Amino acid sequence: MRAFATHFAFEFKTGLRNSNQLMINYLFPAGFYAIMGLVMTKINPLFADTMVPSMAVFAIVASTIVGMPGPLVEAREAGIYRSYKINGVPAISILVIPALTTIFHALIAATLIALSAPLLFGGRAPVDWAALALVIVAAAMSCGGIGALISVIAKDTRATVLWSQLIFLPSMLIGGMMIPVDLLPPSIAPLSLLLPTTHAMQAAIGLAFHEETILPAALSLAVLIASSLVSFALATYLFNWDTRNATRRGHPLMALLAWVPFALTILAA
Amino acid sequence: MTPMKHAVRVSSFRKSYGGVAAVDGISFDVQMGEIFGLLGPNGAGKTTTLECLEGIRRPDAGSLQVLGVDPARDPRALRHVLGIQLQASGLPADMLVAEAMRFFCAYRGVEPRDDLLERFGLGEKRQSPYRQLSTGQQRRLALALAVAPGPKVIILDEPTAGLDVATRAELHTMMAELKQAGTTILLATHDMAEAEKLADRVAILLKGKIVAIGSPQQLTATGSGLTKISVRTEMGVGDLTEAGLPSAFRLMFKDEYAVIYSEDPGATIVALIKHIEAKKDKLVDLRVERPSLEERFLEITNLGGQA
Repeated sequence: MRAFATHFAFEFKTGLRNSNQLMINYLFPAGFYAIMGLVMTKINPLFADTMVPSMAVFAIVASTIVGMPGPLVEAREAGIYRSYKINGVPAISILVIPALTTIFHALIAATLIALSAPLLFGGRAPVDWAALALVIVAAAMSCGGIGALISVIAKDTRATVLWSQLIFLPSMLIGGMMIPVDLLPPSIAPLSLLLPTTHAMQAAIGLAFHEETILPAALSLAVLIASSLVSFALATYLFNWDTRNATRRGHPLMALLAWVPFALTILAA
Repeated sequence: MTPMKHAVRVSSFRKSYGGVAAVDGISFDVQMGEIFGLLGPNGAGKTTTLECLEGIRRPDAGSLQVLGVDPARDPRALRHVLGIQLQASGLPADMLVAEAMRFFCAYRGVEPRDDLLERFGLGEKRQSPYRQLSTGQQRRLALALAVAPGPKVIILDEPTAGLDVATRAELHTMMAELKQAGTTILLATHDMAEAEKLADRVAILLKGKIVAIGSPQQLTATGSGLTKISVRTEMGVGDLTEAGLPSAFRLMFKDEYAVIYSEDPGATIVALIKHIEAKKDKLVDLRVERPSLEERFLEITNLGGQA
């Protein structure tokens, strides 16, 4: 327990000490949130209706999918995992603790956004704040799992950027944060169900705002939770201590299994 | 219960990468309390051997034990008896020195040893991040972290590579102190002077095989047996071919010195002094050196392990 607490405290402080991590955890989401609040609400006043969940989910995606994998891959490349291994740091701690602290930072940023948006930019406040908090935590866990998975399968830091952007960019475009899913063309709408942001937005709109959704909101919430469990399990299974000593237990393509819960919702839609 | 005699036992150990044998059936023991040097050129198999002993890699065949613990089968037990300083490793750039001590001691289940930070000259760097440490300070921190849980055996992989003379001397002192405290040290190094100074016994690895093993004195004694005699006189040594030096082999001149390699240094020196007196010259300096471990190492490696 002391080891967990010490490791957690170190990783959490690193999220504030390291300028790159501070940028991606707080400054980037805050800047984007400010721009969207100042500009987007003027261009498209309807955006104010979903601004709270969409900006909170954006903060989560930025921290977990864009921000988290890079430092983990850099640490592996720099031989830091070797130092950890010889000192008895278990693989699961190496993955789960940074994921938890990143999720913690993302939750702080998301909470600040959710609380300030109605006051600063006239964003619509949720009917059920507790439900919004639950959805945000589930979304953070799901995205954190995917971030952990990217950090495990990416060969190097360049590949990490590619994998992260492969999730991040579609999430921005068709993940329900900028454009509501029900406005997407029918040919693209099923693809959006493969993204955690779509389910986070669907769950938030249904459970926290009591609005209609294209999928049952509880199903979207369940999918987020299921995907987080599958992602963390797969990330732990596929974990590799050392770039030089590439003895991996499974093929990186196994990571696609993390999308099974999302894919099943295409059938349900 | 009789005390354990061997701290490390390696028997018929083999490890290959892609069909190429990195280590080809080597065996050696490290006795309790000794400093054992593992020497060899790049690619000889030193780091592979150490990484299998550290539990980082699994051997293909043979048996490895550290205080009776099989590193591949029981990595958890290994952490209680073995401290490791890796050749290629690192710590998170933003981790503070004191934080590193707390972090790893927490995982090793021991109280942080802040006294070691002082002892290893890192007291003033306690609140400095790892990225701000010099190479020497990073090595000292790695050694402090390896020593902190009080392991009975320590593996040091190239601990002084790339360090300046003063820092290297400091680390040598620390290693000597660890040995005095009863710690067994397995030391892989390219620095022959370091091995000669610190190690009780050394093994020379070449192409995955041990080609020589013994104390540095034993290894140097089993070489060509030539002793190096360097001499300088007031008038200049000049041509020594007419001196008829017995048992002398090679003869060369370097920085006003005549350098002679002899199988029988006593007879050669007596003849040399007689020759200088006969020429009415005066001896300024005379040095007699046995072959160094480095010379013996080069001799062995140049002959592909056949020396």
